[in-house]
Amino acid sequence: MTLDKRLQNVAVVGAAGKMGSGIAVLIAQEMAKVKLRPENRENIYRLNLIDISEKALDGLRAYLRAQILKVAEKSAVLLREIYSERKDLIENRDIINTFVQDTLDLINFSTDFDIVKNARLVFEAIFENEKLKIKILKKLKRLCPADTLFLTNTSSIPITYLNEQAGLEGRIIGYHFYNPPVVQKLVEVIEPKGITDELRSIAQELGKRLRKKLVPANDISGFIGNGHFMRDGLYALNQLDSLKRQFRFPGAVYVMNRISQDFLLRPMGIFQLIDYVGVDVFQCILKVMRTHLNDTSLRNRLVDKLMKLGVRGGQYPDGSQRDGFLKYEKGRPVGVYDVRKKEYFIFDDKWKQRIDKKLGPLPEQFAPWKALLRDPKKDEKIKMHFDLLKNMNTLGAELALDYLRETKKIAEKLVETGVANSSDDVNAVLTNGFYWLYGPINDYV
Amino acid sequence: MAFLRKKIYACAGFNTVSLGTGRKEFHPKKPRPGIEHYIKEAGLGAIAQVKNPEALDEGVIGNFVAERFCKQGNLGGFFPMVHPTFQYKPCIRVEGACDSGGLALVTAIKTILADIADAVLVIGVEIQNSVKAVYGADYLAAAGWFSGERKQGHVYFFPDQFSQRAGACFKKFGKERVRQGMAQWYVNAIENARKNPKAQEYHNRNPELYATAMTPPNPKVFCEHINVFDCSKVSDGASALIFASEKGLEKLGVEKKDATEVVAFAQVQDNLTTPPPDLTKLSTCEVAAKKVYERAGIGPKDLSVLDVHDCFTIAGLLAIEAAGFAGYGEGADFVKDGKTKSDGIIPTNTTGGLIGYGHPTGATGVRQAVDVVAQLLGKAGDCQVKIDPNRPFGMLSSMGGNDKTVVTMIFRKPE
Repeated sequence: MTLDKRLQNVAVVGAAGKMGSGIAVLIAQEMAKVKLRPENRENIYRLNLIDISEKALDGLRAYLRAQILKVAEKSAVLLREIYSERKDLIENRDIINTFVQDTLDLINFSTDFDIVKNARLVFEAIFENEKLKIKILKKLKRLCPADTLFLTNTSSIPITYLNEQAGLEGRIIGYHFYNPPVVQKLVEVIEPKGITDELRSIAQELGKRLRKKLVPANDISGFIGNGHFMRDGLYALNQLDSLKRQFRFPGAVYVMNRISQDFLLRPMGIFQLIDYVGVDVFQCILKVMRTHLNDTSLRNRLVDKLMKLGVRGGQYPDGSQRDGFLKYEKGRPVGVYDVRKKEYFIFDDKWKQRIDKKLGPLPEQFAPWKALLRDPKKDEKIKMHFDLLKNMNTLGAELALDYLRETKKIAEKLVETGVANSSDDVNAVLTNGFYWLYGPINDYV
Repeated sequence: MAFLRKKIYACAGFNTVSLGTGRKEFHPKKPRPGIEHYIKEAGLGAIAQVKNPEALDEGVIGNFVAERFCKQGNLGGFFPMVHPTFQYKPCIRVEGACDSGGLALVTAIKTILADIADAVLVIGVEIQNSVKAVYGADYLAAAGWFSGERKQGHVYFFPDQFSQRAGACFKKFGKERVRQGMAQWYVNAIENARKNPKAQEYHNRNPELYATAMTPPNPKVFCEHINVFDCSKVSDGASALIFASEKGLEKLGVEKKDATEVVAFAQVQDNLTTPPPDLTKLSTCEVAAKKVYERAGIGPKDLSVLDVHDCFTIAGLLAIEAAGFAGYGEGADFVKDGKTKSDGIIPTNTTGGLIGYGHPTGATGVRQAVDVVAQLLGKAGDCQVKIDPNRPFGMLSSMGGNDKTVVTMIFRKPE
């Protein structure tokens, strides 16, 4: 069955979550574009969006409308072409609004799984919990036609394992979008043992249609993305032990966050990233990887403790950041959770200056991530940044270079252990999925 | 006989900041002043320069499309708000797309020539940041022929009209040659804007303007032959200028040394329902330039300063040809050779033009007049260029639509 045919009936399970909702936007647009082709006007298209909460579905409706509008505004050139036969649609606004409505008209929202019964393509994007995923996949298998293909957004559970547990006979593939799916270019593709040829080619074709960068990862728990991120995060967490002697706990968190963001030129500091992903998700993924890889080092007591204290990070339904390791105001960190006092320590400029002084200055002509992102000379400037760091005898430089080396080691190990086929693939995941300016496997150290 | 049956003077020009992307104080999601604020700010800016504002007899407001950007009509009604003595005085709003400001200038002059008024305050105004550019493009497309052109037209209707002109020029005169001229036009615009604190590009610090200007076009999201840097800005802004007879100047309390004489103007209208006869030239602008030179009894060589309607870089090049400074197809070379720079043969768009200062459409014609007058009066601040005593004239050429509605005007430096 062709992708176009499968796109006539699609389901997203866990559609109101942050990954599911993004996937829903991408698929809805693609379906609308297929439906609007003259030869398909008479066909019926349905995108079935399922989530457990009615309230969450209401939020999803609003999110979809806003996102599809945004996309339509950006694709107006194409939309004028698509609607060129519609004499009643003349202005951009008419055309854009019609596309938004035509797209929303394809969608069924429900808390009831029964609406998947005709779906030929199912995206699974529920919470990263192994037992739950298996249970849901089994249920979907029972409800859907026998040739339905499943794309799971798991970021850590081996696909072969899910395939076997749910009895899907090679009709499932790992299709790991990055957050937020509408923006991030990367999809990590993980093929299980026994995957059907059809699914393999459908997955590739879909990626092209959605204009995503597909990077293959082998079916080893955590894959490339979390294989790197978890260990990168654990390194920062483990560094806290020694740093807290000098800086106390809040200071240590601030130090590693700043080292990773400013000194390593990343879009956000490591603790801000863990908060963004969610401390709860971070813990869950560690558990999955620990179990499947049989590696007890994939655990962190502090993370477990924070979860017990209800410090979870993640995002509110409106997309704003929930407090985690750090406390946020208008999306910016303003404080650090103090585990001992069980409250947030709000830092001020004086406090930050005191710590920054101990770290030492950033290299001369430092430009932050955002400025470098669109700089045509960014490669040159990044190299210079690290060259200068190497010649600076400061604590900040030392911590940054140690981190850079560790990050490289983690990445190289992913290639050695066969998680990634090449260093290019690891670099592609970090630059496309995590928005890094440079890949972890580099010549800077 | 002189073209004008009595002497007309222009004085007390004022421009607001052109607000929009590029200005540090601009934030698309934060509330901004409304159209009435701009009308008042510009009006007060002008009348602050005269002793007796009550001597103003009438108002003219130039505006293109406030009904859509601001859902506001009856703009004349804001005139009495500017100053208490304007209550019950006549005010008329005029519209001619992006040449609304130019038409406002002409309307004021005609009223004075008709002996109906001695002094008229002209205010041009536009608000464009109230909607995203993709919707603003719909509103601005009203400058074309809606029922005849819009449906087949591009998302960005006007950028595409001029992209087609650029494409035609590439084909006829050589792509690199024209492209380089367009890029240099952009560089000049930004360099001039950096000297003008009111300009939208005043804060521009890009060290590599030329490279930016050469960014390849992306037809998937924009136009085939031009990039976004080839376009004028989306702007909120207003400009004001006072026209007066000799008697009017006296009543206002403005000395002649602070006013420039309007030597001649031309107002030319082409048929909106016919396509341009030749994409590689601005035929209507050319007619308007010839007429105004003839009426003023001067030629291009007599001008010390020029302000043309560079809604797009390609329009700038073609306007230089239309104004008689470069031969057909040679506008690009003329610009590339630096002849339109502030220290060139004919300093052009010395305050940034529509690309550097900004293009609050209904205000633009007035803004051009304000800036030419300021140059001739020696009041152009850091933008001031040398006004050669042997060439005491300055000219503006203001265009609406795709070379459809044009006003040209020549001013003379006071003796």
